Amino acid sequence: MKNGTGHFVAQRVTAIALLLLGPWFAVSINGLDSLEHVMVMAFVAEPLNGVLLALLCATLAYHSYLGVQVVIDDYVHAAGLNKASLFISRIAHLIVALVAVYAILRIGSGT
Amino acid sequence: MSKSDRPLSPHLSIYRWPITMTLSILHRATGVAMSLGLIVLAYWLWTVLSGSANYARFNELTSTLVGQLLLIGWSFAFFYHFANGVRHLVWDTGRGFEKQQANASAWLVLLLSTGMTAVYWIWL
Repeated sequence: MKNGTGHFVAQRVTAIALLLLGPWFAVSINGLDSLEHVMVMAFVAEPLNGVLLALLCATLAYHSYLGVQVVIDDYVHAAGLNKASLFISRIAHLIVALVAVYAILRIGSGT
Repeated sequence: MSKSDRPLSPHLSIYRWPITMTLSILHRATGVAMSLGLIVLAYWLWTVLSGSANYARFNELTSTLVGQLLLIGWSFAFFYHFANGVRHLVWDTGRGFEKQQANASAWLVLLLSTGMTAVYWIWL
């Protein structure tokens, strides 16, 4: 990593976004009358909830990727292994984010 | 390298472990734990989409003792990382670096995050 400014800024911007989205999710889930399937479906299908939830998942995945990157750079020194680890982490985070957002979109579109 | 009488960095055997170090490690540990939790969150959303049977099976897993402990652990990780994250953001503005301030904010973060976890599970 030659230049860390972008990483630093992105980590903070996503952190601040999560300071809002995180509690929103915790409070919303707690506020549901029950966690029965229909209730959760209806909650996610609500457009505003869907948008916020998708934002939450994407931001979480990005923030998580940035954090894991620091951990990998701290502990995995061998250049090849470092690169491979970062690559796997990137793919894994991408898949998790895509699965989450795809599920939210499908639930929102009522199929 | 010339020999000097300058103190060296931590000799762990004679070093009084500062509370701030515990918090630093916990920040990373809770972060990594939540990175794994993110997989579960995405899977949870997937079960919501894929129908009530899959969703019910997920709920069965989370209502086991291990499932409950994991959820409580992840909620603590969230509240802790949240509170300590705010502490980090304050540091980013150049404030709170004095030893006493850092120690005080460390205890405050521990108090708040355990308190929030307790409130979330017991009273809400």
